[in-house]
Amino acid sequence: MTEQGIGARLLRKEDDRLLRGRGQFVADLRFAGLKDVAFVRSPLAHARIRGIVVPLTHKDAVFTAGDMKGVKPIRAVSGLRGFKASDQPSLATEKVRFVGELVAMCIAPTRAEAEDIASTVTLDLDELPAVYDMLAARNSTSALLHDDWGDNVFLETFVDTNIDKALDAPIKVTREISTARQCMAPLEGRGAVAIWDKRLEQLTLHSACQMPHIVRTGLAGCLGLDEGQVRVIAPDVGGGFGYKAILLAEEVCLGWLAMQCGHPVRWIEDRREHLTAGANCREHHYRITGYADRDGRLLGIDCEATVDSGAYSSYPFSACLEAAQVASILPGPYDFPAYRCRTYSIATNKCPILPYRGVARTGVCFALELVLDAIAREVGIEPHEVRAKILVKPEQMPFDNITKKHFDSGDYPESLRRAVGSIDIPAVRVRQKNGETDGRLIGVGLATYCEQAAHGTSVYYGWGIPMVPGFEQATARLTPDGGLELRVGVHSHGQGLETTLAQVAHEILGIDVSKIKVVHGDTAMTPYSTGTWGSRCMVMAGGAVSAACKEIAKRAAKIGAQLLQTDVSRVTVRGGEVVGSQGSITLGEIARTWYLKPQNLPSDVDPGGLEATIGYKPVRDTGTFSYATHAALVAVDPEIGDIEILDYVIVEDGGKLVNPMIVDGQIYGGFAQGVGTALYEEMPFNSAGQPLASTFADYLLPGPTEVPAPRVDHMETLAPYTEFGVKGIGEGGAIAPPAAIANAVNDALRPLGAELLNSPITPRRVLEAIARAGRSAT
Amino acid sequence: MKPVRFDYARPADLAAAIALGRRDDVVVKVIAGGQSLGPMLNLRLIQPDLLVDITAIAELKRVEEAADSITIGSCVTHADIEDGHVPDVTCGALRAVASGIAYRAVRNRGTIGGSLVHADPSADWISALTALGASVIIHGAQQERRVPIEGFMAGVFETDLASGELVSGIQIPRLSSAARWGYYKTCRKTGEFAHAIGVYLEDPERSVCRAVIGATGGKPIVFADANALVGAGRSPGALDVKLARDGMTAHGLTDPIDQQIHLAALRRAIARANGS
Ligand SMILES: Cc1cc2nc3c(=O)[nH]c(=O)nc-3n(C[C@H](O)[C@H](O)[C@H](O)COP(=O)(O)OP(=O)(O)OC[C@H]3O[C@@H](n4cnc5c(N)ncnc54)[C@H](O)[C@@H]3O)c2cc1C
Repeated sequence: MTEQGIGARLLRKEDDRLLRGRGQFVADLRFAGLKDVAFVRSPLAHARIRGIVVPLTHKDAVFTAGDMKGVKPIRAVSGLRGFKASDQPSLATEKVRFVGELVAMCIAPTRAEAEDIASTVTLDLDELPAVYDMLAARNSTSALLHDDWGDNVFLETFVDTNIDKALDAPIKVTREISTARQCMAPLEGRGAVAIWDKRLEQLTLHSACQMPHIVRTGLAGCLGLDEGQVRVIAPDVGGGFGYKAILLAEEVCLGWLAMQCGHPVRWIEDRREHLTAGANCREHHYRITGYADRDGRLLGIDCEATVDSGAYSSYPFSACLEAAQVASILPGPYDFPAYRCRTYSIATNKCPILPYRGVARTGVCFALELVLDAIAREVGIEPHEVRAKILVKPEQMPFDNITKKHFDSGDYPESLRRAVGSIDIPAVRVRQKNGETDGRLIGVGLATYCEQAAHGTSVYYGWGIPMVPGFEQATARLTPDGGLELRVGVHSHGQGLETTLAQVAHEILGIDVSKIKVVHGDTAMTPYSTGTWGSRCMVMAGGAVSAACKEIAKRAAKIGAQLLQTDVSRVTVRGGEVVGSQGSITLGEIARTWYLKPQNLPSDVDPGGLEATIGYKPVRDTGTFSYATHAALVAVDPEIGDIEILDYVIVEDGGKLVNPMIVDGQIYGGFAQGVGTALYEEMPFNSAGQPLASTFADYLLPGPTEVPAPRVDHMETLAPYTEFGVKGIGEGGAIAPPAAIANAVNDALRPLGAELLNSPITPRRVLEAIARAGRSAT
Repeated sequence: MKPVRFDYARPADLAAAIALGRRDDVVVKVIAGGQSLGPMLNLRLIQPDLLVDITAIAELKRVEEAADSITIGSCVTHADIEDGHVPDVTCGALRAVASGIAYRAVRNRGTIGGSLVHADPSADWISALTALGASVIIHGAQQERRVPIEGFMAGVFETDLASGELVSGIQIPRLSSAARWGYYKTCRKTGEFAHAIGVYLEDPERSVCRAVIGATGGKPIVFADANALVGAGRSPGALDVKLARDGMTAHGLTDPIDQQIHLAALRRAIARANGS
């Protein structure tokens, strides 16, 4: 390890501007003639549109679906059998299908004035019954979202591997488990500025997005433009978490509007739009049975999982990725012989749920880990003993599990052992016996997961969604002064890629990271990429940067050898120099020679020069499997239902850590979001389909005082198939906390016979569970 | 969302503010710290033509100490009180309550008067000051009037204030040195509004034994003579649960779980007054 290369805890280069408030986010952009957009949104969850009345005085400033002729709806299909596609019009046409759906678009010099105009537009709506409960939505009597479907099911999937062999197991534990609908709540919401350039005949969309190339493809498709006529720029972006992976109807509207009106137009999402009509995620329901023998060895899992997908299939991930993934990842890091899972992706009159950090994994981990603890209680052994029996062992690696996931490497039981030791379960048991002086109940909970990340073509091809990742490309370019530019199609919005990708390049070329510039977030300047999602950037873009830098090193070595008057086989590239036996020459000098003094180049120099775009894929593209065990110690106040996290341990294996400090940051952030899922965050809807949390007064996020510092312990098992042995770690922190915390709460409440199975675990839910247990005990 | 267009005035004296408030050609709204009004403006829940900012009026920031009470100007902020800029006549109760409101950024701007007029049942001052036996000083076109705080809050977001009237200050009686108080609020996270509030004040020299259950979904529930409620010895077990539950039920707080949490808050407030 060098001071700046792979493994260095380098401070983040981008923080110099971000922490000084010098970032440039979409809302910071200024353009002459810019006008603001406010949308008229549906006040009802489900209704037929009879009419939209625009006062004459504003008729030139208001646009409805009728105006947007030729614009295609957003359509994200899946190739999975039986998938029903939805068409999401940019502005609602015949029906509105969720509260907050776009109905009309108003422009004015300022947002406030645009809202003034929006408030004068009246909607004549014929209200229909709202489909708000995903379980009831499956009934044949339910109202229909999409009239021609015949039901409300986007997709049903089914797998069965030997479940009949488990059905007679002596221990059978069945639970109904759910995770609430949540909102992602990045610091910055969505936002876009659209500009039509008459000279270039090109639409530029400045967008707070994390997958600019995919947004470009989707946008060009909806607007009927050549892709060359669309440029998407994602400037500084304040967190994405999946919400910013999606092509929004708002963006299609703005693109169309900019082409119509000839001046730049802007929409900046406000928090109310974000909470009620945008960033929803995570609403899962599980009916799950665990079968085990009397020693607590898991023999099978049988599950019916339902995901509330909301009204439309979002581009590009589709409405079914979440539920369909549930079926493939529910078995977790465990080895057991029988498995059955049926999943439903259900359309409801709510805004679409979108992939959120951890995607289906958080719900899956919650369901499975709660059942494992229930089995442990049933057979009377420690929860970690149940897990130790079935965790895939290091000697089984690489391991193909029951759903054919290929676990690449690692020592899962060791992460469990370390977590159990670190949280000190024996000491907790003693403390529980003695009781707490303040009358609270303490409990300890575990959750182990493994996370498939950076999975590529072979996996995504199977989902058949609009986007399948292939080779990831990076461009490396030496500049005449010996600096390095890296151009990547992924986007960094909190991950620190401007630093870590520079570290990768430094590792190969030895150029000082201060002279390495990572260019990202502009489709005109970077190679095509599916973008930032699936914990893939360090594996994929890191691998690509490494490959491109190696190509540069090769070409520079050739020039360097000539200048050093030696053979290319006798030089190496290191420390920013080409080093031969008799001397060395800097990459800067080599770059100057290529660009400005070509007369000195060898006659057989590579005409590609000192710029190379190389595509990279791991040796196997079935994904890296990082994993972790989380252990939580909590205190529950049984009188008022409050929960305090007393201690929290994370033992994780992310393979080779390019920058351990940044990895820690990713884990802390994910953990904070996991605490939110576990204890605070919930977007409730009433039976009319109205979202009930429209500000952060109603939608609670954990703050600094609610998120203790977790103790993080790293294992570093190198991934066998990736450059440097890295594994994706971006999402992991958010996966296990709800399960670990819920298990700890259930452990604490065990003396009262109460058990919590729904996130978030609010004081009310705690007290209701205690009251229920009290009633059933008497 | 953004507010509707409005005009803004920042008068320097109370009379000018009251005159502006009495204009009937436009919708006038008073703004103090803006911590509750700001979000309501942004959500267009209120759409005034004119905002009258009262924070430049010196007399609304005055604090006057008298032998048996203190009068705090309505524009004194929670942070002023938290920081001890207001003389302590309540054995530390005001400071403690102030420091538990929201978080510092809100306390820097939010005012005691604004909090009372906003009349959010979950707010801290309305319950705490009810237990302390404060009164609200009101100025309008007519003479100043004083209302005991129990009569000030009329319901959720509703007060006894007539249109054109302003709260100029709050008068709080001085506790005797032997007084004991306890304040307890439950909330989901630091800085949140309370889910339940319990307040208890015992000041035998002034023959006061008062308990308040707050954050009820309406006015705070007051037990003006709480001797029977807290029971002999003031021990947690002595609390007359039935009396407390009946009080809550009579005020429409009927949900058993809510009742349980409010009971716990009250019990803990009493325990704090007893030094535990
Ligand atoms: C994030 C957040 C968390 C909060 N948490 C808490 C909490 O935990 N506990 C709590 O108690 N409060 C909490 N609050 C509310 C805070 O205490 C406010 O400061 C308070 O409610 C209003 O005071 P203000 O000075 O900001 O009033 P403003 O917002 O300016 O005004 C509120 C209302 O009172 C009227 N008004 C103000 N002053 C006068 C006056 N002198 N005469 C007549 N009318 C007047 C206004 O017209 C308006 O209707 C929180 C607020 C926020 C934003």
